[in-house]
Amino acid sequence: MRPVDVARITGAVARLAEESNYRLDRGYVAYLEDALASEDSPDAQHVLEELLENARLAEGGSAPLCQDTGVAVVFFEIGQRVQLVDGDLASAVDAGVRRGYCGGYLRGSMVGDPLLRENTGDNTPAIVHVDLVPGDRVKIWFLPKGAGSENMSRSAMLRPADGRQGIIDFVVETVADAGASACPPLIIGVGLGGTFDFAPQLAKKALLRPLDTDNPAEHLAALERDILRAVNDLGIGAGGFGGRTTALDVRVQAHPCHIASLPVAVNLQCHAHRVGTVEI
Amino acid sequence: MSACGGARIRRIETPLGGEVARELRAGERVEIFGDIYAARDAAHARLVAGLEAGEKPPIDLRGCILYYVGPTPPRPGRVIGSAGPTTASRMDPYVVPLLARGVTGMIGKGPRSPEVLEALVCHGAVYLAATGGAGALLADRIRAAEVIAWPELGPEALRRLRVEGFPAVVAADSRGSDLYALGPKRYRQERQSREVGR
Ligand code: SF4
Repeated sequence: MRPVDVARITGAVARLAEESNYRLDRGYVAYLEDALASEDSPDAQHVLEELLENARLAEGGSAPLCQDTGVAVVFFEIGQRVQLVDGDLASAVDAGVRRGYCGGYLRGSMVGDPLLRENTGDNTPAIVHVDLVPGDRVKIWFLPKGAGSENMSRSAMLRPADGRQGIIDFVVETVADAGASACPPLIIGVGLGGTFDFAPQLAKKALLRPLDTDNPAEHLAALERDILRAVNDLGIGAGGFGGRTTALDVRVQAHPCHIASLPVAVNLQCHAHRVGTVEI
Repeated sequence: MSACGGARIRRIETPLGGEVARELRAGERVEIFGDIYAARDAAHARLVAGLEAGEKPPIDLRGCILYYVGPTPPRPGRVIGSAGPTTASRMDPYVVPLLARGVTGMIGKGPRSPEVLEALVCHGAVYLAATGGAGALLADRIRAAEVIAWPELGPEALRRLRVEGFPAVVAADSRGSDLYALGPKRYRQERQSREVGR
């Protein structure tokens, strides 16, 4: 067994929380620049210019990229030969969130109870997903997820007969309904298969896939391209006043499912696509 | 740069008088100067509950522009943290009583309900859109910030913001035009005619 002190997890989460909220990934900024170069609507051009300027200002440290610094969603892959020592995982993550959000001047956006709605003040608790994998490493992804795009996400239990076209139609409908509320240009995570509860997790996980990586399954890569084309045909554009790029990318993650089911989930991610990752 | 490809950006000052509000047209780009008020879900619920109970609101609502924002805490030496707009439709249920008390403008992001669009026509008010997710950029145009009421709401407290050149687009005007509906439709039509012309 390889012992890993949970304090290292606290430290990593705190750092990822702060960094991801101030600095967009370079490769992702290039996506925005490409979208600006190919845009033919003056309104959408203006919005993309503002977003690039916003990214420069945030990176300079004046303020976070967006005031919605998100629910702290943390994904783990923990090697089975790792033994976490000196505390429990959930408390270690929350300690990291608390440190990263308070120390980084990030907004506390969590209420302790969905009905009583009192702000917890430090953005805890985090939403934590853990996968046990072979090996002795701990891999962490930090995804601060804004409510604007999260609120417009959807899932459905389609009929197997609805098939490929049914999936495309459902994604397009979801994006059309979301319109400007989800802060386009979007990154669209699509979860296919599994069960009622599992498909949305696949969709969220799909958002973690590095940019510029193709789906290894050719039929899913083709589906991603077709969804992207159909979504961009909507003409919603950056900011929602009309334009070429409604979505920058679509990622599909699939899983086996029941013979009678076709679960599909669409997790919309706004242009403030903040994700940080580290391996311990 | 303006919504119609022209160069003119209209300067508007607060309080926003009804006459100016009525002149603004969907698609027009504006820059705002003066005091605006930050209020989102929780502050709206309290504002409207107070009005219904016959209490005097903590701010003068006449000519007021409300900004749907819950900022991040300011970094040392800054007046405010990141301060971009939140989704406006969540405030739809509160709009009518506020417009009836003299509010002439709202700033947010995303489309409004048919009831809100109709209320804008009735009261001669406007809905302005700022760029969602441009919180660092928009914070740069805020010169002062002060909590006016309900500090216990944290980011949701009612705040007065002094802005200079705060950029926005008229998203819905007092004639019933809605840029969120018109813009994408116009874009699709233009694209289609380009493709046909090819
Ligand atoms: S949807 Fe994203 S970019 Fe828009 S306000 Fe929310 S977190 Fe920010």
